[in-house]
Amino acid sequence: MLTIKDLKASIEGKEILQGLNLTVKPGEVHAIMGPNGAGKSTLASVLSGREEYEVEGGEIIFNGQDILDLSPEDRARAGMFLAFQYPVEIPGVSNANFLKTALNEVRKSRGEEPLDSKQFLKLMQEKMKLVEMDKSMTQRSVNEGFSGGEKKRNEIFQMAMLEPSLAILDETDSGLDIDALRIVSNGVNALRDGKRSFIVITHYQRLLDYIVPDFVHVLYKGRIVKSGPKELALELEEKGYDWIKEEVEALNA
Amino acid sequence: MSEDLKILDEVTQGEYKWGFVSNIESDNAPKGLSEDIVRFISKKKNEPEWLLEWRLKAFRHWLTMEEPTWPNVHYPKIDFQDIIYYSAPKNKPQLNSLDELDPEIKATFDKLGISLIEQQRLAGVAVDAVIDSVSVKTTFRETLGELGIIFSSFSEAVHEHPELIKKYLGSVVPTTDNFYAALNSAVFSDGSFCYIPKGVRCPMELSTYFRINSAGTGQFERTLIIAEEGSTVSYLEGCTAPMRDENQLHAAIVEIVAHTDATVKYSTVQNWYPGNKEGVGGIYNFVTKRGICLGDRAKISWTQVETGSAITWKYPSVILKGDYSVGEFYSVAVTNNLQQADTGTKMIHIGKNTKSIIISKGISGGKSHNSYRGLVKINKNADNARNFSQCDSLLLGDRCGAHTFPYLEVHNKTAKVEHEATTSKVGEDQIFYCNQRGISTEDAINLIVNGYCKEVFNQLPMEFAVEAQKLLSISLEGSVG
Repeated sequence: MLTIKDLKASIEGKEILQGLNLTVKPGEVHAIMGPNGAGKSTLASVLSGREEYEVEGGEIIFNGQDILDLSPEDRARAGMFLAFQYPVEIPGVSNANFLKTALNEVRKSRGEEPLDSKQFLKLMQEKMKLVEMDKSMTQRSVNEGFSGGEKKRNEIFQMAMLEPSLAILDETDSGLDIDALRIVSNGVNALRDGKRSFIVITHYQRLLDYIVPDFVHVLYKGRIVKSGPKELALELEEKGYDWIKEEVEALNA
Repeated sequence: MSEDLKILDEVTQGEYKWGFVSNIESDNAPKGLSEDIVRFISKKKNEPEWLLEWRLKAFRHWLTMEEPTWPNVHYPKIDFQDIIYYSAPKNKPQLNSLDELDPEIKATFDKLGISLIEQQRLAGVAVDAVIDSVSVKTTFRETLGELGIIFSSFSEAVHEHPELIKKYLGSVVPTTDNFYAALNSAVFSDGSFCYIPKGVRCPMELSTYFRINSAGTGQFERTLIIAEEGSTVSYLEGCTAPMRDENQLHAAIVEIVAHTDATVKYSTVQNWYPGNKEGVGGIYNFVTKRGICLGDRAKISWTQVETGSAITWKYPSVILKGDYSVGEFYSVAVTNNLQQADTGTKMIHIGKNTKSIIISKGISGGKSHNSYRGLVKINKNADNARNFSQCDSLLLGDRCGAHTFPYLEVHNKTAKVEHEATTSKVGEDQIFYCNQRGISTEDAINLIVNGYCKEVFNQLPMEFAVEAQKLLSISLEGSVG
């Protein structure tokens, strides 16, 4: 599914990712945790092709294809989805219209016919249930005037519509109250079908109570320095990151 | 320059898609302007003596006037003696059915995507098509005739309804109004005339399509719309022109008269040739559009989508004379490459409890300049007059300019006047968000810009809104299609 080898990336001359390795197989859920400034959001940005980030070395193989030269839209069409930490508002463009444009682009790249309005509406109604989304939200402008919880739900709704093979959740839990967290997590879990893979980036173990990962990785100074089963998250919650930092410094010393 | 900016740049430097020239033989007047030319035009059109006198008066006044220099646009001085003031397709058709239409003209319409037949059959839109200066064919006249609605070319109306023309011609835009209005009054060649009798609701959208075809010609059409008491009409105007290296002048006049309880909605999609990327060629669009709400509770609404012309200079206005009358102005003006637009509106409140609303959306790309200029005037006796103005500017890239010149003249203490203005840029974050959902940068810009214009597009009749969206994407996209 996804193989990241020795990935190095920088922004404005500052190296953030310093040789990151990660392998994600179909159907797996990988949680990425780590202290502030470790490079978690940079990883999400580099994977999705944000151009402010300069890739200095390494490779990203996605579904057998090196995607470093692909544009963000081509990566999306190839099945990569990023649930944004801060979803962007697009005034005047209805959620439905936005999604229809996106979905038909993705379908086109898969060699499928575009959906007509009726088929699209039907699909939308079906997927809206996953995140308990109100019908009126599809007619509102993309994320405009949405509460924090609505924005995140909308991200998962879009994911459900676009059916990616790999979904990256960038701090989807930030700014969510406990009810919204439950709804969003249920939506994600409903999309776990044994084939679709997830990279869940989070600060807190709390989210992983709901979305139970297969692996937990600790990102520190642009590298994955520790990996383990889901229990690792609990240990981090309890002990913080200092012991890991010390381990790393000891190794480097 | 970032990648997004580069793409923005490419897509905002789109080339003109409607730049084909029709090989219709045309019957031109000699170049230049003089009393003789005015007489020539009047004679060509077989006009009555009073109209010739009216034209000559306008011409003599024009000679005393100076070309205006106050708009925020820059262009070399126009040589008014280097323009052909009359150009008619040679086989002036007197047609009974569309089948008799010159195949070339028909093909032109087909290329424009406004095949008359299609429109007749599918849309139920009555079309008065003006190629260069002579109205070619007016459809649906019979259906309209049964309701007493007159929809014809201006020249026909001069012969068939001289009393109406005499009464209303120049009553809203006098011959002496401004430089280009005087010029138009002297040399106007044709246009559209529309009369809705008392209490009649026009059952279809009335539509005119203008196209400048011959090289070196100016188009000086005149539209006159009269809505009698309690009547309603929606009028559509579309414009295109072929590509030419030289600049062509378009100086039109539109006059609207709305009597008591009448409603007139006037929608324009203007896509004249804007010139090439280096700013060579293109239409100078200097237009005077004005309506008057003569009676109480009359309403005039202007909606315009302006994507074309090298220079646009136009201020559709409403004089709110009747009490409780309403004036509206909804505008999207797009400029790219080296285009310049100085456009806006004037709302003149005279009657009591009059209301006006102004929604203006300017979009600038390339190295273009886009100015909003608007006047809201509340006269001494206009008690409780209200105005709301919203002027938004959207910048694509970092080499274009947006300017806002709002003028307010309030002479009555009970007036309420609100003005809001914003300037924003299409954000890289917005574009990336769309990209990440599989939408290309070009489509993303279209989506974002269309969203930005939604309030105005919502005012357009359905089929026009679709066309406006297409035009917008064409002017932003490039030579796609």
